[in-house]
Amino acid sequence: MAAVEAIRLDNVSKAFGARAVLQSLTLTVPAGKAYCILGRSGTGKSVTLKHIVGLVHPDEGRILVEGEDITRLSRADLARVRRRMGFLFQNAALFDSITVGENVAFPLRRHTRLADAEVRRRAREKLAQVGLEAAYDQMPGELSGGMRKRAGLARAMALDPSILLVDEPSAGLDPITSREIDELLLAQRRAGTTLLVVTHNIPSARLLGDRLIVLHEGRVVAEGTSGELERSPEPLVREFMRAETGG
Amino acid sequence: MTVATSVQRASDALVDSFAWLGALSIFGARALRDAFRPPFELDEITRQTFDVGWRSVPLIAASGLAIGIVLSMHTRASLERFGAEAMIPAGLALALIRETGPLTTALLLAGRVGAGIGAELGAMRVTEQIDALEATAVDSFKYLAVTRIVACILTVPLLTVLMNFSGMVGGYIAESAIGYMSLQLYFDRAFSLVEFQDFIPSTLKTMVFGFIIGTVASYLGFQTSGGTEGVGRTSTRSVVLASLLIIVTNVLLVRLIFFLFPQNV
Repeated sequence: MAAVEAIRLDNVSKAFGARAVLQSLTLTVPAGKAYCILGRSGTGKSVTLKHIVGLVHPDEGRILVEGEDITRLSRADLARVRRRMGFLFQNAALFDSITVGENVAFPLRRHTRLADAEVRRRAREKLAQVGLEAAYDQMPGELSGGMRKRAGLARAMALDPSILLVDEPSAGLDPITSREIDELLLAQRRAGTTLLVVTHNIPSARLLGDRLIVLHEGRVVAEGTSGELERSPEPLVREFMRAETGG
Repeated sequence: MTVATSVQRASDALVDSFAWLGALSIFGARALRDAFRPPFELDEITRQTFDVGWRSVPLIAASGLAIGIVLSMHTRASLERFGAEAMIPAGLALALIRETGPLTTALLLAGRVGAGIGAELGAMRVTEQIDALEATAVDSFKYLAVTRIVACILTVPLLTVLMNFSGMVGGYIAESAIGYMSLQLYFDRAFSLVEFQDFIPSTLKTMVFGFIIGTVASYLGFQTSGGTEGVGRTSTRSVVLASLLIIVTNVLLVRLIFFLFPQNV
């Protein structure tokens, strides 16, 4: 049975040298919900995502993923938890020495005992879901930015994760491609996947997020629906929402 | 700049160098430990062995041939003075097998393979591909570093044998150009003085060179930052530092071989 809280960060602090990136950050994402993290550049949004998947270790605090504190897990147990998560990197981070299809097949080959034909079939199926079935044998370098991101999403979804972490899905994309990526993420949300999306794009956040979280200087300064944030008593939050919407 | 400042800077640089060597040693020791722990990543080791080994064959074979020709000419120039031309094949074989072959092979591979591994892993680091591996629940250290280090340890001795053989063929070509000597007579004379203790220790020591090449390049690759400029820096430093460490380690290994096999002195 899925945990009620998919993700919980308790008083997480992190500094790189003298620079404090996260300061007693606390947030909770319920299972099956979609949350978007907003904030100016350098406020610790991407670092927050990397903490959740265990790529960055906090100086202080706890990080619970489906009830397990990943800061206390062994490498093997952390790998087990990671298999339940998908991560779409800002630049997709496709493995550029193998084909797009093999990128998507990679998690299946590593973590399942499926026959080669079945792995290929599932990888094609995931690529078809993001509209890239024809790109199976292409190399990542041959794809456009939007296609790379969609391929990255297909790889992140390969193991049908219960949690999907997405870093800047719209960054560097035209509005139409950005909208296509949002539609794919919406489909994941409808399928019951927990989504945590870092974005600068307010229209995208409105569409995707059940709730929005605003970070500033490594702290949560506001959390709520987009309407609630626009009426926030915090001038910084209102200004951010207006600035990002062009208002 | 005062003397005190200069001394302080020199001591800081020394401490940094020791810290770097310490971190590199821990990285290498962890790689050796993990190489004997499952999963063994045999598919990736095979792929890397092919990349490191098979793709280096033309370079090593051609270099060996050229080195053999040049060494043979030099050996002839020296031995002719004493009327000992018949010793040319044996002298060449001993020089190649004991020292020239292993060291030259290692230095050539530090250039070709070290630069390649450093640049590849460095590029993977700056484009977040290493993070992506970790996020996919794959141990990136084991999958990328251990496999490459093992591949280097396995292939450098094999390529050294190839270098030695090519060198001998080169020597025969040089001798044939000057006067007639049958291939059989040439190789009979070449191996007349070569013994087990000449060949085995000097070839096996190249496993250490392979370990150095793989470890230095992988370590620097994992530490890369600063975008494409950082990748270029990693590639260059991989070659320079691996070559330097190979040359220094070779002195220690030769001393060790002389200690363990006193008849080699």
